[in-house]
Amino acid sequence: MIIAEQKPFEEIKRSIAPAHKVLVVGCGTCVTVCFAGGAREAAILAASLRMAFKLNGDPKEITEVTVQRQCEWEYLDAVAEQVGKAEVVLSLGCGVGVQAIAERFPRTWVVPGLNTSFLGMPAEQGVWVERCAACGDCILGLTAGICPIARCSKSLLNGPCGGSQDGHCEVNADIPCGWQLIYDRLKALGKVEMLYEIRPPKNWRASRDGGPRKIVRPDLRLIEEE
Amino acid sequence: MAQLTSSDGYLSGSNLERVLRAGHFAVTAELGPPQSADAEVIRRKAALLRGFCDAVNITDNQTAIVRMSSIGAGAILAREGLEPVIQVTCRDRNRLAIQSDLLGAYALGIRNVLCLTGDHQTFGNHPEAKNVFDLDSVQLIQMVKTLRDERTFQCGEPLRGTEPRFFIGAAESPFADPVEFRPYRLAKKIKAGANFIQTQLVFDVAAFELFMEKVRSLGLHQQAYILAGVGPLKSPAMAKYMKENVPGILIPDELIQKLEEAGKPWAGKSKDELTKEEKKARSEAWKQKGIEICVELIQRIMQIEGVAGVHIMAIEWEEAVEPIVKGAGLYPRPVVEPLPA
Repeated sequence: MIIAEQKPFEEIKRSIAPAHKVLVVGCGTCVTVCFAGGAREAAILAASLRMAFKLNGDPKEITEVTVQRQCEWEYLDAVAEQVGKAEVVLSLGCGVGVQAIAERFPRTWVVPGLNTSFLGMPAEQGVWVERCAACGDCILGLTAGICPIARCSKSLLNGPCGGSQDGHCEVNADIPCGWQLIYDRLKALGKVEMLYEIRPPKNWRASRDGGPRKIVRPDLRLIEEE
Repeated sequence: MAQLTSSDGYLSGSNLERVLRAGHFAVTAELGPPQSADAEVIRRKAALLRGFCDAVNITDNQTAIVRMSSIGAGAILAREGLEPVIQVTCRDRNRLAIQSDLLGAYALGIRNVLCLTGDHQTFGNHPEAKNVFDLDSVQLIQMVKTLRDERTFQCGEPLRGTEPRFFIGAAESPFADPVEFRPYRLAKKIKAGANFIQTQLVFDVAAFELFMEKVRSLGLHQQAYILAGVGPLKSPAMAKYMKENVPGILIPDELIQKLEEAGKPWAGKSKDELTKEEKKARSEAWKQKGIEICVELIQRIMQIEGVAGVHIMAIEWEEAVEPIVKGAGLYPRPVVEPLPA
């Protein structure tokens, strides 16, 4: 899922400061699960902002609403009236949610309340880790189900580099070396010789380097009327 | 070695290639370009290395700190009559930029290239930079070989006109993790097209012997020239720091003790109690011992079957190369003639 974290409170305050009517919009999907922008976080943030501006002698009308998915039109349409009344929408969705609001409501000023961080999962309570770089050309079948694009600091395809020591990456002792993980797992599965093969340069066009990406599935499209 | 060669029988015809082909025990050194546009620094360092090595590596923004480009510095070095090995990392340039640089480097007379992944940019002085890593070192080696032997760009398009004919180098860190995979990674680099290898610093000769045993069992020493990385230690503190902090560097305690003993006349006094002269004398004693240790390491490494030379890394201490090379009995350096046509 998409992992995000809330922006610093002061940055959020500054971004909504000029407005009087503020609508905080939470999202019920990924950011709810990672405790960054769900109904609970939206309520807490709205209350904290109300209090902070009131103490500053600048009371604002700050309300909140949470939609099931900020990244789909039908859920946004359900809150169109509230959005229309707000001078600024503070989105607690991921970057997709913020942009969906901007696109659906052309006259609405929208600002992000979260930093969208990565595609990952909870490793343990309160700890989230990156797992996928959405490169568009999955090679997990060659690397024992551990992604070197997302989990090697240099995204090497023929790793590990010389910076691997005691299981961690040269960048930081907190980062496990992705290639050590791949090596260990291939070894445990009796497939270490897969690493003897040279992997050719990657086609990064499938990744962000080919420009903004789009998937069209003709089989799923509604037949357009003539 | 089964490789496509040019009409003179060499891959590149570089001095380093000729020295190795003639069966001499090769010596390469290293030169760190300045963090400025000062060509004089290169000339000054070149003067310290002239005559004591067969080729000089020029680092490519090593430790991710901006310095004069390896190709720029290499061209100056070549004009000084020394042979450069330009280091190329994958950190700062994509496949377009690297190929373009290789064409330019060859046109400037550069004949050796060392293909590296590159230190991560977070170590350096621009930690907020975006990195590239479009290719990794193995793919880079392949690309340089394809340009040379197939006269083809990485994209598959033919190169018309003069192709860059480089003697292709690669690095390997024998003691980085996973240690048991390192000889196989070396094999990958050789399979990709590496003609010579320069290893990470070796201080633990016994561990290096084990590595070389595996290398020999894979027959790698017969497919590429392996140059062991060596370097002088400057002080016990430096040795301990490297041992603790640099991945893939093993330093036996015994070597650190030797350095500490060299500083014994000044032991027991804190830094503040030593006069400036005493500090200088202690530093000189350590450096002298560091050079001695390096000479001994080279002499032991020369006995290992399959080692074709040494790569002396004395960055920002180029003065040390002369006493090391002389001490190891590797001076004068051979003068090799081209193969008969």
